[in-house]
Amino acid sequence: MTETTDKNGDHRIGVYVCHCGSNIAGVVNVYETAKWAQEHLADQGVVVAKEYKFMCSSLGQKLIEEDIKNEKLDRVVVAACSPHLHEKTFRGAASRAGLNPYLVEMASVREQVSWVTSDNALATEKAKAMISGAVARVREHQPLDPIQVPINPSTLIVGGGIAGIQAALEIANSGFHVYIVEREPSIGGHMAQFDKTFPTLDCAACILTPRMSEVGMHPNIELLTWSEVENVEGYLGNYSVTVRKKARYVDTSLCTSCGICEQKCPRKVIDEKFNAGIGYRKAIYTPFEQAVPKYPVLDRDNCTYFEKGTCKACEKFCGPGAIKFDDQDEVVTLNVGNVILATGYDMFDARRIPRYGYGYLPNVFTSLEFERMCNAAGPTNGAIVMRDGKTPPKTVGIIHCVGSRDHKYNTYCSSICCMQSLKFAHLVKERTGADVFNFYIDMRTAAKDYDEFYQKVLEEGTNLIRGKVAEVTDGGLFDGLDGKLIIQVEDTLIGRQRRIPVDMVILAIALEPRHDATYVAHQFGISTDVHGWFTEKHPKLDPVATMTDGIFIAGCASGPKDIPASVSQGSAAAARVVSYIQQKELALEPVRASINAEQCSGCRICNGLCPFNAISFDAEKMLSEVNQALCQGCGTCVAACPAGAITGTGFTNQQILAQIEGLMCVPVHLEAAQPAVV
Amino acid sequence: MKYLFYPGCSLECISSAYYESLLALQNKLDVEFEEIEDWNCCGANEYIALHRIPSYALIARNLALAEQQVDGAKTLLAACSACYVNLARTAKYMGTDRELNTKVNDALSAGGLHYTAGTVQVRHILDALYKEIGICKIKKLVERPLTGLRVAAYYGCMVLRPDPDQRWRDPENPTALEELIAACGAEPVDFPLRTHCCSGHMPQISTEASLELLRRLVESAVKSGADLLITTCPLCQLNIDAYQDEMNKFFGTSYRMPILFFTQLMGLAFGLSPDALAIGREVVSSAPALARIGVKVEQIPPPVKRPPKNTSLPMPRMPKAYGEQL
Amino acid sequence: MAVSSPAPEEKVGPQSFGKASPPPGSPPSQTAVLDFFRSISPGLPNIEFCIQCGSCGGSCPAAALMDHTPRRLFALIRAGELEEVLRSNTPWYCVSCYFCMVRCPQEIHITDIMYGLKTLAVQRGYTRRNKATDLSRTFAGFIERFGRSFDLGIAANHYLRHPPSDLMGSAKMGSELLFKGRLKLTPNKIKGIPQLKKILKRAKQLEAVL
Repeated sequence: MTETTDKNGDHRIGVYVCHCGSNIAGVVNVYETAKWAQEHLADQGVVVAKEYKFMCSSLGQKLIEEDIKNEKLDRVVVAACSPHLHEKTFRGAASRAGLNPYLVEMASVREQVSWVTSDNALATEKAKAMISGAVARVREHQPLDPIQVPINPSTLIVGGGIAGIQAALEIANSGFHVYIVEREPSIGGHMAQFDKTFPTLDCAACILTPRMSEVGMHPNIELLTWSEVENVEGYLGNYSVTVRKKARYVDTSLCTSCGICEQKCPRKVIDEKFNAGIGYRKAIYTPFEQAVPKYPVLDRDNCTYFEKGTCKACEKFCGPGAIKFDDQDEVVTLNVGNVILATGYDMFDARRIPRYGYGYLPNVFTSLEFERMCNAAGPTNGAIVMRDGKTPPKTVGIIHCVGSRDHKYNTYCSSICCMQSLKFAHLVKERTGADVFNFYIDMRTAAKDYDEFYQKVLEEGTNLIRGKVAEVTDGGLFDGLDGKLIIQVEDTLIGRQRRIPVDMVILAIALEPRHDATYVAHQFGISTDVHGWFTEKHPKLDPVATMTDGIFIAGCASGPKDIPASVSQGSAAAARVVSYIQQKELALEPVRASINAEQCSGCRICNGLCPFNAISFDAEKMLSEVNQALCQGCGTCVAACPAGAITGTGFTNQQILAQIEGLMCVPVHLEAAQPAVV
Repeated sequence: MKYLFYPGCSLECISSAYYESLLALQNKLDVEFEEIEDWNCCGANEYIALHRIPSYALIARNLALAEQQVDGAKTLLAACSACYVNLARTAKYMGTDRELNTKVNDALSAGGLHYTAGTVQVRHILDALYKEIGICKIKKLVERPLTGLRVAAYYGCMVLRPDPDQRWRDPENPTALEELIAACGAEPVDFPLRTHCCSGHMPQISTEASLELLRRLVESAVKSGADLLITTCPLCQLNIDAYQDEMNKFFGTSYRMPILFFTQLMGLAFGLSPDALAIGREVVSSAPALARIGVKVEQIPPPVKRPPKNTSLPMPRMPKAYGEQL
Repeated sequence: MAVSSPAPEEKVGPQSFGKASPPPGSPPSQTAVLDFFRSISPGLPNIEFCIQCGSCGGSCPAAALMDHTPRRLFALIRAGELEEVLRSNTPWYCVSCYFCMVRCPQEIHITDIMYGLKTLAVQRGYTRRNKATDLSRTFAGFIERFGRSFDLGIAANHYLRHPPSDLMGSAKMGSELLFKGRLKLTPNKIKGIPQLKKILKRAKQLEAVL
């Protein structure tokens, strides 16, 4: 038994049975239940037992507060809905009346009783049993205080795409320090690769680069590009992140970004990353002209010096002598309070669908390749040409849903490809005057100004054929079709199969999660869904938070979305982070595990079981310890400890056993085959 | 290595060349094919058009007989693509569709038989040769490389699709036959229509439909520079071979594209004689193609032709458009 | 699980103009129809999953000859137009190439459903003068008598009923094959024919009927 307020040494417990309108009262006889509690549980300490229409209302809460003060209650049981909904409400009422909020227990007689049966008698019996259990349990409750953790005002943003940039600027402009860790040599992400963006046809670089410069020059933002996160430790407000800054082989304190090294480098390689494999770069390079930071990076795997020990042209021609062949990776540790993961997406590998000919037929391009082609700073300087690099096409076919909405590849819709394909249709028409065919299953133009864009494309005379393309082949049936690609498709709106010869095919490939997304999620302690997209805390009401406090997500890392949505999420995540930083200290739920040092034998079974890595082993004392801030109170270690040395505050063995005994005391007459579930 | 073997009706007579050439390979490949005792027709794509449960019961009788014959060799091989799909599909559905299993076994029990799902593994011989015996071993057995022969590999449909047991890594872009051709020393050509349908049983139903599909295949093979086609399916061989004359007549073309079974090609590369491989039994003779690499085929003299009555030159026949636009 | 609507859809057309009640005849309910197709591929995606993308119609080598493409056929089934579906020549032009089935993004077993449509059309008597059904019936007849197919017999039987467009050409082809020893003159009979007959008889009793 725990401390009491009654002069007789026993507890004074108040039981409140909520009607919840007719949700509970329609099935459970609430009057009988309350009366029963008053009479039968008096020996358990129940001094007050009432029923009320809506306990969560302000009047209902006031009822509890008054009783605590007047009747000197030291424990409260509320039989109502699920704690998920109103545990906080009733705890709030208790603390306003001066009672420790953790001395309140809820019995869920709605979700677990009135919502699962229509048998009134059975429901009333079960409600009584649950209240009995709750009363027995609450006697064992101890007053608890929330754990306060300080919040480090610095923030880490992983990923320097548009979402990451937006979040960084918001936080930095609020006056707090931000680190951006970006895997590529420059920030900008996928948006930097695009030519024009829908629906406004803004030039992507024109709207992105001012932001990128702002980030580059901001006093509160520290850029770590060409870097990767290696290890993450800590908890909300106190994360310690190890970052590996990969060797650039360029001394950034000396480099003036003149670009001579890149000009003079004799090694030309296919640029798989920024130019999507249709352009070239040198072994020492900056990915694009407006790169931030502008310092070049040396690709060690393709460098003559590292292969054979000769060349060194870059070093020879570098004025300030900034080339450092002996550069090493540098590992740094960043201490931050919150993390925003804005790691973006990867593209579907179109080689997985051979019937579209990508990789076999030269004039089949992916959407990203086409973006690079259209880009004025791209490999063709913005000219739309076929694979030979010079001939413009006379007919172009654009295929939607390649790798999306398909059970064999990705079941989801990639959300942006319909608009992207319409944009391509417009660009092709504008720059080459070619005939354009779009092949779609459904036209998804849902957001602001999107359907207006669709109308514009219709106006231009684009041929829109509703049908998922069956195959792209170079085997034309008739003479005179040499070099043409035939698209075979059922035009579902006329119900006939058509074979349409085109010069060039563009595949609108799916957006996929980053191919190491599950690894990154694991590093940060968050989860991904079955595809690999990061899982948000609540899909509708909390899209930027995760189940791990202090780790936020923004942009396409949590699912395909367009630029406005990514920017919104970047701002949203920043706002959450700033709100935490402003509070300077946060209260964490005290429902945690704690290890009784006397009983711990140092067997370390619990260490490996903790899903949050919250248990550490003190080698000197030969004892395990739980970090109260990291611990989320899941109870795994409590159950696993062979010595029973770990207690879960708020879920102690005594409390649970008492609840079971209380439940068992009340007979519930079930059919033989029916199990009772609480 | 012993395998259970289901020949199928086609191999008995119309594609006896396939049967004989396959058996001729047994010694070379060190395998033994044990035929199912008293097997019955699998029903092709005809029986299932009329009845569903009886069709599965018809096929399952063979599986039940195979189950009785299983003694170490649990793999049942089929050479005809349609027989393979029927057997493999039935074996798979007997395992996944409980209602089908109950009904089919009920029917089988009327004949004193039973098939326990999962007892027999059904595979096509191409799959078995490619994966179990392997290209390396086949390469080693080649005594007479077919250098200079340009061969187009024609898979047809059913050996690759629907692939109920997921044997092929990529049914849209297979390479097994091409690798086999290369292993035999010949040159595999790029034949874009290699997985397209030969029209199946359509010649008996709609001549124009089937002849057009055949024309596309033969034309594509010619365009790709092949000397001959090889295939894995008796019906594909029959259609392209026996109907080529009718196709030429209908369209006014004059293609002579011979088509052999892949086992016949392998046998040639292994040094067996064309006679032993039943080469020469095809309607469109492969003799000219094989003569290019020095293989002499004993030609069974064709029947004496009656002279044509009309001596005027025929007009070219324009192929009908099937929806293609320019 | 599809739920059938409480009142039947008002089918308007010439047969309903000027009438107060719908035309007579009781087609099977939509639930029964969908259940029939569900029983062909239990536990697998069914016609309800069709998003009408057109991959099947696009891939079909015989699509140009079908009055309805496979995709349109499924739309007609969903719309309750079973009669039109069963009259359609689509399943009979299906060459069983399985292209549709491997390319369907919803993984519907289209070819199996085509077979189902064939059996349904036969069951409900829509195939009296259908050349393809007659071929299947001829073929099936030989299997049930001998246990093996008999090409010469099947061809002869079939061509008697449906003479080929080029009789001379077919005869020439037949004689060539005969000459090369690729056609048997007499059928092969399996030993277990009584057993097979018993099995097929029992199986026919177990056949699902719509």
